[in-house]
Amino acid sequence: MSHQFLPLDIHPSAMNDMKGHGEDAFPNECCGFFYGEEKNGVRVVSSAKRIENVKEGDQRRRFEISGKDYMKAERFATQEGLTLLGIYHSHPLHPAIPSEHDLAVAMPWFSYVIVSVEKEGVDHVRSWQLSTERQFEEEIIK
Amino acid sequence: MATLIIPTPLRKFTDGKSVFEASASDVRGLLNALSTSHEGIQKHLFDDAGELRSFIRVYVGDEDINELEGADTKIEDRDEVSIIPAIAGGSK
Repeated sequence: MSHQFLPLDIHPSAMNDMKGHGEDAFPNECCGFFYGEEKNGVRVVSSAKRIENVKEGDQRRRFEISGKDYMKAERFATQEGLTLLGIYHSHPLHPAIPSEHDLAVAMPWFSYVIVSVEKEGVDHVRSWQLSTERQFEEEIIK
Repeated sequence: MATLIIPTPLRKFTDGKSVFEASASDVRGLLNALSTSHEGIQKHLFDDAGELRSFIRVYVGDEDINELEGADTKIEDRDEVSIIPAIAGGSK
């Protein structure tokens, strides 16, 4: 596990929002943004916001966020004095490991939280960030 | 001058600044001006052939340049241009 990235401290309410979204959207993939700040060597996630999955076709294996929703997210962060720290999405019936599709469009610096959801509910949550070599490395969730 | 809105993940290349201003006649010129003045950002915007990367979208106002003239879309002073990372993925 890499230690080049700041650890994530996800507030329980934000974590519950992301997990709940994953369960509500099951068997489809959910997606959303999360916000907070970097403080004292920790990336603190204070809130998460659900975003519509606009992917056409089978949403059980794919998600997409519209450009307009992305612009709104940036504006929201600016208005609230928060930082847009990353994106979460779910992997229904699949481990929380980034796929090639996740890697292909990943941006540097963002945290990518993945919620693995089984039929019984959320199984586990992991977070990843792109390295300078454009590979995903796992982030520590405190 | 046109205003270019920098998305959060690319602000590490702009000293944390969210806005870049420059005079340019089209989108490509504005992005080139940004790349020239901020080392390291170019490879995240353009591929080796000099084309915009597939996961980078650019909006002029609220319009996607893919529905206009792509990187050749003309811009005017006081236009607001946004770099938008494509957010997508999936489990398989």
